Order: sequence, then structure tokens, then C-alpha cells
Amino acid sequence: MQSSRRDFLKLAGVSALGLSAGTLGFLGEGARAADALPTATDFAKPSTAKRWAMVIDTAKFDDALFKKCIDACHSNHNVPEIEGKQQIKWIWTEDFEGAFPTERPAYLAEEQEHRKYLLLCNHCENPACVRVCPTKATFKNNEGLVIMDYHRCIGCRYCMAGCPYGARSFNFQDPAPHIKNINLQYPHRTRGVVEKCTFCVEKLAQGKLPLCVEASGGAMVFGDLTDPNSEVRKVLKHKYAIRRKPDVGTEPGVFYII
Amino acid sequence: MIEKALKGSPRYFGALMAFLAVMGIGAGFYLVQLNKGLTITGLSRDVSWGFYIAQFTYMVGVAASAVMLVLPYYFHHYKAYSKMIIMGEFLAIAAVIMCLGFIVIDIGQPQRMLNVLIFSTPNSVLFWDMVVLNGYLILNVVIGWTSLMAYWKRQTPPAWVKPLVYTSIIWAFSIHTVTAFLYAGLPGRHYWLTAILAARFLSSAFCSGPAILLLMTLLISKVTKFDPGKEAVKTLSTTITYAMCVNVFFFFLEVFTAFYSGMPGHKDPILFLFTGYEGHTYMTPFMWTAAAFALTSLFLLVPPKWRENRDVLVPALILLVIGTWIDKGMGLIAAGFTPNPFEKVTEYLPTGPELMIALMIYAVGGFVLTVLWKIALEVRAEVEGGL
Repeated sequence: MQSSRRDFLKLAGVSALGLSAGTLGFLGEGARAADALPTATDFAKPSTAKRWAMVIDTAKFDDALFKKCIDACHSNHNVPEIEGKQQIKWIWTEDFEGAFPTERPAYLAEEQEHRKYLLLCNHCENPACVRVCPTKATFKNNEGLVIMDYHRCIGCRYCMAGCPYGARSFNFQDPAPHIKNINLQYPHRTRGVVEKCTFCVEKLAQGKLPLCVEASGGAMVFGDLTDPNSEVRKVLKHKYAIRRKPDVGTEPGVFYII
Repeated sequence: MIEKALKGSPRYFGALMAFLAVMGIGAGFYLVQLNKGLTITGLSRDVSWGFYIAQFTYMVGVAASAVMLVLPYYFHHYKAYSKMIIMGEFLAIAAVIMCLGFIVIDIGQPQRMLNVLIFSTPNSVLFWDMVVLNGYLILNVVIGWTSLMAYWKRQTPPAWVKPLVYTSIIWAFSIHTVTAFLYAGLPGRHYWLTAILAARFLSSAFCSGPAILLLMTLLISKVTKFDPGKEAVKTLSTTITYAMCVNVFFFFLEVFTAFYSGMPGHKDPILFLFTGYEGHTYMTPFMWTAAAFALTSLFLLVPPKWRENRDVLVPALILLVIGTWIDKGMGLIAAGFTPNPFEKVTEYLPTGPELMIALMIYAVGGFVLTVLWKIALEVRAEVEGGL
């Protein structure tokens, strides 16, 4: 069932792109000129894995690189810019105490203390959000990606209560007016549904890397956690990395080199 | 039987009109919410459930509380409850309808709510909560209506009602247990992640629900000729007292575990509620009020002499209801989300429109209850030839 849903998504993606290509000419200047549109051949060689995972080398980041990664994600995925406590974020930064509260950091080395940490959905092995979702709008595919069917979500926000990482945002309002330049290659969401980082499932389907990984210039590594020759495993073999809140048993797929 | 709801005193219709008016005002605010989304509430990315879900949780308790009458009446043939039992069952109907209403107003895409049925997901507790709530509603409608109909016709209720009654007794425990499991199974929400949460839910339900029932019955006996019976009032207030003792005891179990272990995750939400957390003290006045009211109500209820005196009983019950309502209807949800996953505080207080929309659901419940109780009282008056 999961693989057939993936096939369906691919097909739907291609058809939607075809449609948007057809209507592009009628749109005003508000819409961003689209890049070269992916065609069916772009989906011919998807990247596949048994369990996608990410390693973030936190020492390699500065404010400019954070901005680059976050912008790459948020602008491409039509994440609205809303101020205040009803904001929406797929990828963002926190200080050490916010990112790793269960480490109970005290007398932290100065370098680590002043550093910011990039946070996003952990694409857990045992995702609490999937367990609690009453409609399967949040589901885990057979590559370990925790993704969403926005059209099925009823907006009960149980997943937000369930996620121990605060990785999910709710569309309290229609996001469209808060998106500066709508990317026509990616749908924006409607009011009343939850959304979050998807590890760029649509890029992986085209054999590409997630946008933040691409923008990070090597500070983030992405690959198959079950493959000893993958980039993530090579890095993890040599560097000590931690995960957020290991005590909650969700087995996050994002590793942090401190 | 339903025609008995269509005739009545100006006071009866006045009450219905008042409920309709509140429903109308609330519906106006709900239209605004449908238009603008949940942005009109005080909810946030960090506190994603609030007043609506808290009221739902409290009302589940009120619904479950009918079992405190049904159980002694059917299992132990305690006849003193014969007049009260239908009131309890009809209160359960009104309470479950309110529960469902609070869920509907809370979700972001109400037009998709049937997705819970269409894509039914047994690993989600919310699915099971839908099953038990609707099941309890149907059980109470069928049992209550059939028994009252039989009584009206001076017959004994049909035999098939008995197994349904026994089912409903067990079912009543399930509705509040499953609702507690909504919260108790979540990693990273320390205030809820406790094995005693379901037990706490039941104990608070079994004091607050019967307290509401008893208060309203005493009110009804003032404005009509209905008399629940001295014995029934005495026994029910004893039940309430025991349940409240257990409720307070269970809370102290939580406090012991949190503070003797000293684990920050367990302590922080309780500290947030009673002393404030990182300077955020907006919940503390409410929680200390709740604590004071709870203890005062116990102080007044425990001595039988005071408990049997209605001039003491009524204020004690009112204090009890307010105290348990603050604990569940405000504290439970706020402390579950505070501190948030980043150990920070995002303040949450319901907004005006949010309160008005919740009031609309309470008015729906009041309307349903008034009509149902009117029918029940009329039937009783007719059968017994004046109350």
C-alpha cells in the first residue's frame, strides 16, 4: 500500500507540474518564475533507501549558513512567514538547552553554548505522531520518511501533542497571503491542517538531495542509515553524534555532531 | 412522549429561549472562526490544544458519572435512586452531546471529520474515543428512553434493556479511561505521562459529575414539585465525598512522585501550575483557588452532620465543582503543554471568541438537558398523579 501511494504521488506530482506549466503564462508577477520543470524522466531514477537519515555537523554552521538552509527549504516549500506564536516552521534554530533539554546542559563548553542548532522533523523510527493520527494523514513510508497527506488531515492537532520535538506546525489561518513568492512547483497548504518537514520526499523521488542538505555545502550529510557505505554511516563511523531526546524512544533519524 | 416537551410553563420556555439566545450569539462567533480559522483562539504552535479540548475532557467526566447511580441501582438494587436514575442518564446524554460538540469546534477542518470513520485507524486513541463516546450516547438514549417509555405505560421495561444496562455500566468507565489514554500515552508530555491519569480522571469524574447532577436536581426540586428523596440525596453526597477524597489523594500521589524523585520533567509542570515557571505565573491564581476550594469542600463534606444539611451541602458542592473544573478544564491541558518541548513557556489563555464558542456548546447541552428533564418530570407527574 505504501509503495502504491508513492507511485500515486509521483504520478500526481507529474500531472500537477504539467498543469502548472500550462497555466504559468497567465499568472501575474506575484508568482516566481519557475525553474526548469521536472519531467517524467526526472522521476525515472529516484533515490531510494531503507531508512533515510541525516547528520548535521553543528560546528560548520554560522548565521549565514543557517539562513541559506532555512530559506532554501521555506521558500521552495511555500512555508508562510507568520510572526508570533502561531508561526509555521519546517526547519529552524534553537540554542543547546532548547534543542537538547534532556541533556540538562550545565557548564557547557563555551563554543557549544553559544552555538545554534538546526532543528527539523526527526523522521523517527517509532514516530509518536503516526501512532496518534486518527486518519493516517501522517504516515511513515517504507523508506522511513514520516510524511503527510494534507488532504486527509482533519486538523485535530493530536500529532502536535504527540511529537516530543515540537516539529509540527498548524495552519491557524490561510497561509497564502503570508507567502512572498509562491513556488508554483510545490503546493501550499490550506487553513486548518498540520504541516512539517518531509525530508524533501519530492526531491528524493527525482534522485536529488533534500534542499537544506544541498544548501549546506557539506555541513549536512544525508543517506541510508542501513547501508554501511552511505554518507551518513561514513560520518557516524568517525564522529560522535547525539540525537534529541533519546529517552522518549522514538529513534530519531537526525544526528548531531556536537 | 416527546410531545411533553412542547407544552410547558413560561419559565420552561424562557429557559429554552435563553439557551437558544446564547447558542445564537456563540454561533455568530463560530461563523467568525469558520471564516478566519482557529487564529481567533489563544492557541499556538506550542499549546495546540486549549479550552475546547479541556471542556471536552471535563464533560466526559460528567457523562461517565451517571454510573455512580446506575451501578448501585442495577447491581445492588438500591431503590432509593429510582427517581434520580433517569435524570442521571439524561444528564449523560446532554454531556456526551457537549463532548462531541467541543471536538467539532476544535478541529481545523470540521467538514472532514468523518475521515475518522472512513479511514478508521485503530492505533489512534482518538479513534477509540470516538467509538466509546458515540456508543455511550446511543446506549444512554436507548436505555433512558425505553425505560421511561415503559414507566409511562405502567409496564416493566423490556428484557433486552437489562444487558444494555450492564454494558453501559462498564462502558461508562471506558469513556473516561479512553479519554485519559488520549493524553497518558504521549512521550515528552510529562504532566500527562503518568499511569495514574486514568484513575485520576475517574475519581474526579465520580465526584464532580454527581455533584453537578445533585446541584441541578436540588434546583429542580426548588422550582418544581419533584423530590429526589432524602435517602437518594444522602447517599449520593456520600459517594461524592468519597470520590473527592480519592481525587485529592491521587493528586498527592502525583506530587510525591514528582518531588521525592526530584526529576525535573515531573516537577516542572506542577511547579508551573502552582508557583509559575520562569516567571510565567498566569496559572497560579487559578490553581491555588482550585486547591483551596477542593480542600474547603472536603472540610465541609466529610462530617455527616454538615453534609446532610443542605445549607452546607450546596455551597460545598459548588466549591467542589469549581475546584475540579479548574483542575481539569484549565490546568490539565496547560500543564501538559508547559513547558513546551524546548523547555520554554508559551502562555495560553482562552480569548473572548473562544469562550463564547465554548459557551455555545454549553448552551446546547443546557437546551438538551432541559428538554429531556422536562419530559422525564412530566412523565413522572402523570404516572404518579402529581409529584
